[in-house]
Amino acid sequence: MTKEEIENGTADMEIDQRELMNGDRSELNAVPDGFNANYLKVYYGKLFPHADIFKWMSYGNDGKHPGCDESYFGRREFSFTLDNDIYLRFQSFNSASQLENSIKEKCPFKIDIGPVYSVDPAKRHAYAQSGNNVFTPVEKELVFDIDMTDYDDVRYCCSGADVCLKCWTLMTIAIKVIDPALRDDFGFNHILWVYSGRRGVHCWVCDPKARRLTNEQRSSIAEYFRVYKGNENSQKKVSLTSSALHPFLLRSYKVLEEFFEGNLLSNQSLFSTEERYEKILEMIPDESITSELRGKWQDNKKSSISKENINVDRWKHVKKILKSGKQKAPGLGKCVEEIVFSFSYPRLDMEVSKHMNHLLKAPFCIHPKTGRVCVPIDPNRCEEFDPTAVPTLSKLLEEINMGGLGTDDDEWDRTSLGKSIRFFRSSFLQPLLKSCKEEIENSYNAKLQHSKTSLTW
Amino acid sequence: MEIIGSQRRPVHIDVVPTLPLYRSAPPLEVRLEDFELYAMDRLRVLKGIADGLSRGKKSEEMKNLADHLWKANMRHPDASEVVNKDIISHFVLRLVYCRTEDLRKWFLSMETNLFRYRLLFKGPETQRALMVEFNLPYRAASNAELESVKEGLKQVAQSFGQPLAADAIFYKVPFEEVPELVAGRRVFIHKGYAYIAMNQVVSLVATQFRSHLSKALILTNRKWTSTIREQEKDRLTPIVEALCSSYLGPDYSQPREFAEISIKDIDQIAKSSFPLCMRHLFEKLREDHHLKHGGRMQLGLFLKGVGLKLEDALAFWKAEFSQRVGSERFDKEYAYSIRHNYGREGKRTDYTPYSCQKIITSAPGVGDHHGCPYRHFSEENLKAALGKMGISNRAVEDVMDKVRNRHYQLACTLTFEAVHGISCDAGINHPNQYFSDSQKVLQSKVHACALCFVPRLQEAYTLKCA
Repeated sequence: MTKEEIENGTADMEIDQRELMNGDRSELNAVPDGFNANYLKVYYGKLFPHADIFKWMSYGNDGKHPGCDESYFGRREFSFTLDNDIYLRFQSFNSASQLENSIKEKCPFKIDIGPVYSVDPAKRHAYAQSGNNVFTPVEKELVFDIDMTDYDDVRYCCSGADVCLKCWTLMTIAIKVIDPALRDDFGFNHILWVYSGRRGVHCWVCDPKARRLTNEQRSSIAEYFRVYKGNENSQKKVSLTSSALHPFLLRSYKVLEEFFEGNLLSNQSLFSTEERYEKILEMIPDESITSELRGKWQDNKKSSISKENINVDRWKHVKKILKSGKQKAPGLGKCVEEIVFSFSYPRLDMEVSKHMNHLLKAPFCIHPKTGRVCVPIDPNRCEEFDPTAVPTLSKLLEEINMGGLGTDDDEWDRTSLGKSIRFFRSSFLQPLLKSCKEEIENSYNAKLQHSKTSLTW
Repeated sequence: MEIIGSQRRPVHIDVVPTLPLYRSAPPLEVRLEDFELYAMDRLRVLKGIADGLSRGKKSEEMKNLADHLWKANMRHPDASEVVNKDIISHFVLRLVYCRTEDLRKWFLSMETNLFRYRLLFKGPETQRALMVEFNLPYRAASNAELESVKEGLKQVAQSFGQPLAADAIFYKVPFEEVPELVAGRRVFIHKGYAYIAMNQVVSLVATQFRSHLSKALILTNRKWTSTIREQEKDRLTPIVEALCSSYLGPDYSQPREFAEISIKDIDQIAKSSFPLCMRHLFEKLREDHHLKHGGRMQLGLFLKGVGLKLEDALAFWKAEFSQRVGSERFDKEYAYSIRHNYGREGKRTDYTPYSCQKIITSAPGVGDHHGCPYRHFSEENLKAALGKMGISNRAVEDVMDKVRNRHYQLACTLTFEAVHGISCDAGINHPNQYFSDSQKVLQSKVHACALCFVPRLQEAYTLKCA
């Protein structure tokens, strides 16, 4: 190379440096989309909130108060799914650092949280011999799992694993129905809603009362929330009695109707084709009504109603004729409500909620198929949540690259994950820990009192 | 309880509760003969209740049925002995039904139902007295409290089609105490408390009864295993063991030899001998190359009961599932649970195939195909399915008539009779029973054919079939 060329080369490098410092870093920092062990290593190294998870799972039993149960955290089961689908159950840890080190070392593709057992899960075999069920779950959060695939028969925009803003409304509705009921009806306060990473939401109810519920009690709560029964073989999937609705259903209906009429009708084009409106007509157990409607709509094909109004208009026809009270046939009383419920009421996975020993994915995990983080959702602002805008693993790594120098501790705060972790702490973790501490103190004091009074002669 | 020989001595009980709670074995003396007879009478009552439930009878019918069964079976010529018979028979059956988890579950369920129906016939005074007995410290809600939740209470009352009485009493109870009422949305709940009406107190008391009995059964089992069984091996133990097996029927956990099937015959056998519930699952499996968990359990355990060996089962499920999820995923995600069903994994329980009762009371959801078609299918779908089995229209109508009256097992029995052309007097209680009865019929037809073809050997065959 000539001297000039070398000089030119250097000059180029100088220009590049300046460009770097001027902020156009996209090419250098770009991290291709993906999900693999290398990415996860960085994620677990710098972003995953190990300490927060530990604090949460300890429920105040951090050893600082004499009333703390020092064995509590160690009796919790975690399970890791590693690369190659190797599945490790009954993992337990005795401290925050043990948890953190194990995660960093094993780099699990998925972390599940199980129950708190009567003894350290690692020692379960020692107790199995006596055959008296001494190794048994004693506490577990009350959890709910709502998955979009259970709604495939009522959403037309996507199917299977896909999710878009249109059908995400169904998840918004689910949160808006279940969350107030958990608080107002059941009296629970410490509730965490989490995006499942692809096509659904999880709910963790962490009040002490909730954690100590038996399987039967969990089952009864799940049943309280169940409205949709049946599958493609049965005919009616939602069956509401003709007399008045239970207050929970009445309250929920207000939410359902608002979203059904204001959103789902148009976004899902529920009446726009014959196939689709036939599905709704099937739910009306009166031939004269359905043929009247069918006749009306088949004529309408020729008229010039814009596509947008067709769904709203046809629904108006249905409501009018069903509520007119002309035909008092049995089964028509709540038909309008049944249709609305069928298309919008939350569909919970019953099995997930019923059993104490069910393992559920931990918040802040990354979904292997989408690369998205399982971030918390604010139930008070769930209409604003956009699953397609949730930070992905690769995006976070890019943001780390761009972050440059800074203290190690706060790296997460300078990425898109910061908002989620801060929300997790302020709206969920801190109030929860405060309440746990109070409970530990109160029960400790009560025990002291009791032993004092029982000793007096 | 003390069991004595043939002598009889009068007994006295100081306090007669309105309904015995069976808290502890009373100091009564029982004749050995009565030990068995009383238990059998009570067992008829419990079995009758189980039968009624499996036919899908509603609460009001069940209440009357239980009352009828009780009056028919639990009488005693000596009025003062009636309560004794009640108590003694309960405790004897505890011995019989404490011995395995399945038995305990059944007994617990039926005894709680019986208790509940009997309680419904008693007045509010008895119900209140029992609340005290169970130490339920629930207080009536004050007027101020009721004022604040009045709207909700009214709405709940309306959902039953009843007006809310102005002076109605409500008990304020933590919702965890009344799981049945919560599950059925039959109470108003607010901030963790359920407001239960007087007539719902029964549910509360029944839940307590159930939980006490559940713990008692575990303790009884321990005692039985550690001391009683050995101590009583010449006297009570044979009676106890006989009582149990004579009433529950075979559970098909040990497949019989002649019923072994191989995978290559399975399609043919499914068409000819599977009951509709299993046929449907089998066809869906062939069609979709997949079944959800409920379906895998119901069909998988049925096949085990029919004689499908573990190796064949693995091959069968793999052949189907791998067409949908690939053989690697099958090995990773599904093979384990099949081995689990056969008792080769985990706590090594050898699971028993589901009876009709269990299948009828299951609740198939979205994407599921298990359950009882006579109960869970719509009329249209059921008629179509029966038609595919080659049943005449007339027979289909008879079956549908049974279905409309919620006699699901009778419907299945009629189907069996229509398909095989013979009557089935015992009635169908278990899918594996349907299968083995079907095979018996088909094979006897085979024998009949053999008789025709080989007249010389007729005698030998007749002897064998006899």
